[in-house]
Amino acid sequence: MRDVAIEAVSLRKVYGTDQHAVVALDDVSISIRKGEFFTLLGPSGCGKTTLLKMIAGFETPSEGNILLNGHDITEQPPNRRPVNTVFQSYALFPHLTVRQNVGFGLSMLGRPAAEIDEVVNRALGLVKLEAMADRKPQQLSGGQQQRVALARALAPSPEVLLLDEPLSALDLKLRKEMQTELKRLQLELGITFIFVTHDQEEALTMSDRIAVMSSGNLLQVGTPKEIYNHPVNRFVADFIGETNFIPAQVAGTTATIGGDIALPVDPASPQGSHTLAVRPEHIRIVPSGAEATLRALITESVYFGTDSHVRLRLANDIELVARFQSDEAGGDAPPVDTEVGLIFAPGALQVLED
Amino acid sequence: MARRDFSAARLPGFATIAITVFVALYAPILMLVAYSFNAGDSIAIWEGFSLKWYPVAWNNAEVREVTLRSLTIAATASVLSTTVATMAALGTTRRRQTRGQTFIYLLINQPLMVPEIVTAVALLIFFASIKVATGYQGLGYLIAAHTAFCIPFAYLPIRARLEGMDLTLEIAAGDLYASSWQTFRHVTLPLLAPGIGAGMMLAFVTSLDDVVITLFVKSAGQDTLPTYMLAQIRRSVSAEVNAISTLLLLLTVLLLTAFFLLTRKRD
Amino acid sequence: MSAGEEKTARGETRSMWLLSSPALIILIFAAAGPLLIMLVYSFLAPGKYGNVVWEFSTDAWVSTVLTRDIFDGTLSLADAHLKIFWRSVKLSLITTFFTFLVGFPTAWFIATRQERSRAALLFLITIPFWTNLLIRTFAINQIIRTEGMLNTFLLWLGVIDEPLILLYTDFAVFIGMTYVYLPLMVLPLFAAIDRFDMRLIEAAYDLYASRWQVLRKVILPIVKPGIIAGSILVFIPSLGAYVTPRILGGGRNMMIGNFIEMQFGPGRNWPLGAALSVLLLVIVAAALIVYTRAATKEGPHG
Repeated sequence: MRDVAIEAVSLRKVYGTDQHAVVALDDVSISIRKGEFFTLLGPSGCGKTTLLKMIAGFETPSEGNILLNGHDITEQPPNRRPVNTVFQSYALFPHLTVRQNVGFGLSMLGRPAAEIDEVVNRALGLVKLEAMADRKPQQLSGGQQQRVALARALAPSPEVLLLDEPLSALDLKLRKEMQTELKRLQLELGITFIFVTHDQEEALTMSDRIAVMSSGNLLQVGTPKEIYNHPVNRFVADFIGETNFIPAQVAGTTATIGGDIALPVDPASPQGSHTLAVRPEHIRIVPSGAEATLRALITESVYFGTDSHVRLRLANDIELVARFQSDEAGGDAPPVDTEVGLIFAPGALQVLED
Repeated sequence: MARRDFSAARLPGFATIAITVFVALYAPILMLVAYSFNAGDSIAIWEGFSLKWYPVAWNNAEVREVTLRSLTIAATASVLSTTVATMAALGTTRRRQTRGQTFIYLLINQPLMVPEIVTAVALLIFFASIKVATGYQGLGYLIAAHTAFCIPFAYLPIRARLEGMDLTLEIAAGDLYASSWQTFRHVTLPLLAPGIGAGMMLAFVTSLDDVVITLFVKSAGQDTLPTYMLAQIRRSVSAEVNAISTLLLLLTVLLLTAFFLLTRKRD
Repeated sequence: MSAGEEKTARGETRSMWLLSSPALIILIFAAAGPLLIMLVYSFLAPGKYGNVVWEFSTDAWVSTVLTRDIFDGTLSLADAHLKIFWRSVKLSLITTFFTFLVGFPTAWFIATRQERSRAALLFLITIPFWTNLLIRTFAINQIIRTEGMLNTFLLWLGVIDEPLILLYTDFAVFIGMTYVYLPLMVLPLFAAIDRFDMRLIEAAYDLYASRWQVLRKVILPIVKPGIIAGSILVFIPSLGAYVTPRILGGGRNMMIGNFIEMQFGPGRNWPLGAALSVLLLVIVAAALIVYTRAATKEGPHG
C-alpha cells in the first residue's frame, strides 16, 4: 500500500435530517495512487465536489474515513492537512499582492522570509508570472488569476493537489492551453492531482484514471480508455462520448435487435434482455455493394467539418447514428436515401448491464 | 422647438418638483452658513463679510467645554459600539438562520424602531435610580446610552460588508495552513476594515448629533454641544450659534464623505 | 449527523451568542431593559418633587385620556391631552402625505438619471439625513422667525406691511418636520423605483394607457412597498418628534414628545410621562406591524 496517496473508506454524507435528508455521498470507497492525475467526473450534484471538500477537510463525512499515506485524517482540520486546493472561483485574496498570495501558505506555517521568497519565485516561475509578482489579483486577466491560484496551492509543496473545476471560468482556447500546462506541471512535479470536472473531454485528455460518479455513487473507476471502451452501464456510456443504445435479446454470442436482426457479441456478455451500445465512430459506412454486416438507408446527414454525422435506418426501422470521416473516403458522406452497408469495429458492440 | 425622443420614464412636472426639493433642502442650511460670516449679529440683515464669530465662539469657554465633552462621548461611544457591533456581526452573519439570530437582530435594531423620546424617558427613569443608589454622576451614563443607540448604525455597514465577502477566501486561508485566528487576522479583518471604518463613522456622527437622549440622561453641568445649542436657541439667537453650527456641519460632511468613499464599490 | 458535524453546528451557535453578548448586554442595559422599568413606573404614583412613590396606581393611565374634577371627583375627557394627541397625529399624517407628494417625483427624478449623476444626487439627499437635526431645524427657525430672512425679504419687497407670524405655529412645525424627514421618504422610494422595470411603462403606453393611468395603474402599485416603507419611516419619528416642535412650535404647540418631557420637568408626574411613552410605543409598534403585513403581502412584486 506504499503507493496509495489518498484512501477513502465507505464515505457517506447526508445533509439535513429525517425526511428532508439528502444523500450527497453514498458509501464511496476509492484509492488514489501517488503521483497520479486522478479525475472525479460527473454531472453537477453527483457528489464529486463533496468528495473533494472532504479530502480537503472543508466537509466532515457523516460516516467513513479518509486516509492520507495510510494515516487517518478524517478529524483533521484543513489547516493541518498537507493538501492544497485550486478553487473554482480562484479565491485569491484581493487585499494581497500576487507575491503575498503565493507566499500565504508558507507564511502561515511560519517559514523564514528568505525561504518563502525563494519558493514564491520558483512557483511564479513555474506558472510564468514573475513579472506580475507585485500586482493585485484584480489587475490580472482570468487566465493569469488562474495561474496565481495554481502557484499559491503548489507553493507549500502539498502531498496532494485538489483542483475544483479550475478551468470552467476560462474561454475555450485558454482552457485548452491550461489543460496542457496542468498536465506538464503534474508530470514535472510528480504531485498527486485530484481533478474535479463535469467536462468528459477534459477528463479523457488529462487523466491517468477517472472515477465516474452519479447521484452520490461511484459508478466506475478506470483509465480513460477503459471507461470509454468498456463503460459498465448505460449512464457511463451516455455521459462519456456519444453512443447508440439499442434494446437487445442476448443469447450466447448473439444479440438480437428489433426481433429479427442478429449481431455477434462477446461471449462473456450478460445474457437476457439488455441494452446494446455502439459508438458512432465504431460504425463504418461502406458502399451498398461491398461486404457488410448490415444494410441501412441514410435518412439525414449533417456536415461538421472533419466528419459528417449520419443518421441511418435499418431494415426493421431501428435508427442509428454513425460518423463518416470526410478525409477517409476522400469525399462527402453519401446523400440522403442512399443504401449503404455497415461494418462494426471489433469489440464495438457492448452489452450493458442496465 | 427641438424634437425630443419619446421617453417612457419622463413624467411631466417631476423634474421641476425634484429641483425645487433639492434647492429647498440646501437653501436653509446654506443661509445659516452664510450668516455665520455676517459682520453684524443679525441673522436676517447682511452687514458685510466677517470672520469675527468664529473667534468669538472659540473664546467662549463654555463652547469649548461642551465641544470637548461631545467629542469625548462620540469618540468613546463610537469605538465601543463599533467593537461590539463588529463582534456581533461576525457572530450573526453567514450562518444558518436560527430563532436566536432573529432575536439578536431585533435587539440590535431596537434603537432604530423605538422613538428617541421613549428611550430617553426609559433611560431617565432607570439611570435616576442608579444615580441615587450609587451616587455616581459621571459621564458613564451618557457614554452607555450613546454606545447603545450607536450599535445598529455601526452594525449595519459591517454586516453588509461581511455578507458581500466571498466565503471561499476564508476557506482558502484554512486550506493554506492558516489557523482560525490567522484567518481572521490576515484575511477576514483586512477585508472587513472598510466596513468597520464606515460603521465607526456613522456611529460617531450619530452620537455627535444626539439631542433628545442626552437631554434626559445628562446630569447637571453635562451639556453637550447640541444640548448647549438648544438652550442658546431658546434664549437668544446670535451669529455665534451659526458659526458653531457651520463647524459641526463641516465635520459631519467630512465624515460622510469618508464613509461614502469607504463603502463605494471598487472594481 | 456524525459527532464532527454536530460539534460544528453547536460551536456555531455558541460562537454566535458569545460574539453577540457584549452588544446585547449594552443594549439590554441602556436601551431595551429600561423600557420594561418604564412600564412598571407607569403603574406607580407620582412623588411630590418628581420621581415616584412605590405604590400601585392606575391613575397615570386613567389620566392619559381622562381628567378628574378637583371638586366632585367626576371623570371627564381630558381635552388638553386629547388636543395634544390629535395635533401630533394630524401633523404626522400631513407631514407623511406631503413628504410623499414631493418625495415621489424627487425619487423618480433621481432614479431616472444617468448612473453617475444618480450617485451624486443620492449623496446630496443623504447628507441632510445625516446632518444634525437640531441645526436643520434651527436653519428653518432663522428663516421664518418674525425678524428672520423671509419676513425681512418680503417687507423689503413690499409684499407685506408687517411681518408674518409663522414661528410657533402648527404650520411652522409641519414645515420643519417635512424639511427634516424628507430624506427618509425619498431613500426607500428611490430603492423601489430603482428596481422598477421601465419597459413596463412602454408596454402600458403601447396598450393605450394615458400618463395618469400609467402612474395610477402601473407605477404606484408596483412601487407600493417603497411607499409604505417611506411612510413608516417618516410617520414614526414625526409622531415622537421633540426637537422640531420645541424649536418651531414653542410652548403652546406641543406634540406628544414635548408633553412627555413636561411630566419629568415642571409637570412632576413621572408615572404619567411613563404611561404616555408606553402609549406612544404601542402606536409605533402597531404602525410597524401594519407595515410588515403590507410589505409581506406585496412581497412578490418587490
